[in-house]
Amino acid sequence: MSEPAGDLTWIDAALTAARPQALAALLRYFRDLDMAEEAFQEACLRALKTWPQNGPPRDPTAWLILVGRNVAIDETRHRARQQPLPDGDALPDADDKEAELAERLDAQHYRDDVLRLLFICCHPDLPATQQIALALRIVSGLSVKQIARAFLVGESAMEQRITRAKGRIARADVAFETPGAVERAARLAAVAAMIYLVFNEGYSASGDGAAMRLPLCDEAIRLARLLLRLFPAEPEIMGLTALLMLQHARTPARFDADGAVVLLEDQDRGRWNRAMITEGLALIDKAVRHRRRGPYQVQAAIAALHARAAQPQETDWAQIDLLYAALEELAPSPVVTLNRAVAVAKLRGPAAALAMIEPLAGPLNGYFHFFGLKGALLMRLGRDAEARTAFDRAIALANSAAEAAHIRQHLDQLAKEGRAGVANSE
Amino acid sequence: MLYALLCYNDEAAVCAWSKDEENAVMAKLGAVTEKLAKQGRLGPVARLVPTTAATTLRKDRNPPLVIDGPFAETKEQLLGFFVIDCASLEHALETARELGAANPGGAYEIRPILQFWPGSAGT
Repeated sequence: MSEPAGDLTWIDAALTAARPQALAALLRYFRDLDMAEEAFQEACLRALKTWPQNGPPRDPTAWLILVGRNVAIDETRHRARQQPLPDGDALPDADDKEAELAERLDAQHYRDDVLRLLFICCHPDLPATQQIALALRIVSGLSVKQIARAFLVGESAMEQRITRAKGRIARADVAFETPGAVERAARLAAVAAMIYLVFNEGYSASGDGAAMRLPLCDEAIRLARLLLRLFPAEPEIMGLTALLMLQHARTPARFDADGAVVLLEDQDRGRWNRAMITEGLALIDKAVRHRRRGPYQVQAAIAALHARAAQPQETDWAQIDLLYAALEELAPSPVVTLNRAVAVAKLRGPAAALAMIEPLAGPLNGYFHFFGLKGALLMRLGRDAEARTAFDRAIALANSAAEAAHIRQHLDQLAKEGRAGVANSE
Repeated sequence: MLYALLCYNDEAAVCAWSKDEENAVMAKLGAVTEKLAKQGRLGPVARLVPTTAATTLRKDRNPPLVIDGPFAETKEQLLGFFVIDCASLEHALETARELGAANPGGAYEIRPILQFWPGSAGT
């Protein structure tokens, strides 16, 4: 079958897809990230040269690993002997026996290789933003320019940040032996948390920067899918992937034309991404069968209940309340309780929800959403003066102009209705 | 005769398509399927959710065994299928080539259909 002439899209897609596995195998081989990256880069250049003529190799990943390895070895020899490199056309093709051998050897290891590659980005000494930047650069292969744009910083600043982070992990001791079950589980958990960070970095953006940062959500989903392909029977990885998809499915409806926040219950559900919802629901259904509950599965189950409600009023708040209660046990945090209070407000009214969040005033003292919800509950209870105080505090804590604008709407409503001091309980 | 064109491709590569690439492929495929539909040759078409969302029921034992994902570890996965009316294998190959030009990479497995129930679900 002939490929359309000049259309190199398929090569790009193949190189992107092969990157984590090929780079991870080269890292195990060289035990040096910079060398592995250079070797992979060189292999990609040769792929761009030879694949359009010869067609894609049967196994692009194995091809890239083998060529990357040979190129680096040739390079070393070349430096030693000052001899010319062999011609690019002498490279192995799809039927090369060596390629098959490389594939066989690497298939046994590649799961742990890719996990290791992801894991080195999660070094606990690295702040979250550096972990994310590193994963995007190394594993996803985004350019420094692309990453800088997503983080809304200059290219040279991002370059420095990544170089520093790389220096940090180069000095860290990452074991190259095949990890035991406990070590593997620990790595998997760290990597899942890092992928979730990447996603949130994109998802929590709003306002002018939102469009720039949304690719981070796609990247996180790609990484989660990669992890799921490696660990296809891990319910928490199914849960993580489902969670990201079910949340990202709402993206087209989350902001209005002016970039203002549209709350879940006001979103046009017809704009939700059905394909992502289908896949997310399929994954959470699968995960639940394992009967090994975990925080990602519970959060995905909550997102699934929202996704399944065609109208906001069809939302199963009782079930959501139960799931948040389960999450409070699995991964207790004041933010989880705050979210549960939203379900409680739907089920049992604003007074019950307010009672639930009052003990959170201490730990969530600097948290925008705490004061946003508190203000909204007080407003519904007709305690307008207190509501106004809470909204003012929320605006002071807003993370973006869009968040602040959203709270200002409430304040405007209070002012318009002239409800100051008038009890107006529901 | 009805033929099934089973679409196999590297799922990881297809998932690595950008939105623009995805839209471009779908538009090109749409042009071909539209032509087939006008000729009255297009049957059901399905695109499957990636195999990570798949579950397999092994029924060669009792009770059957439920496992995650497709059973075999392969480089290319079944990603979808077309059912198309073709006069001959040559005709089916010609159609597959047309669809393939719109959607590079991977393979179409061309299988004559023995029995066909169009059904009514999802219509």
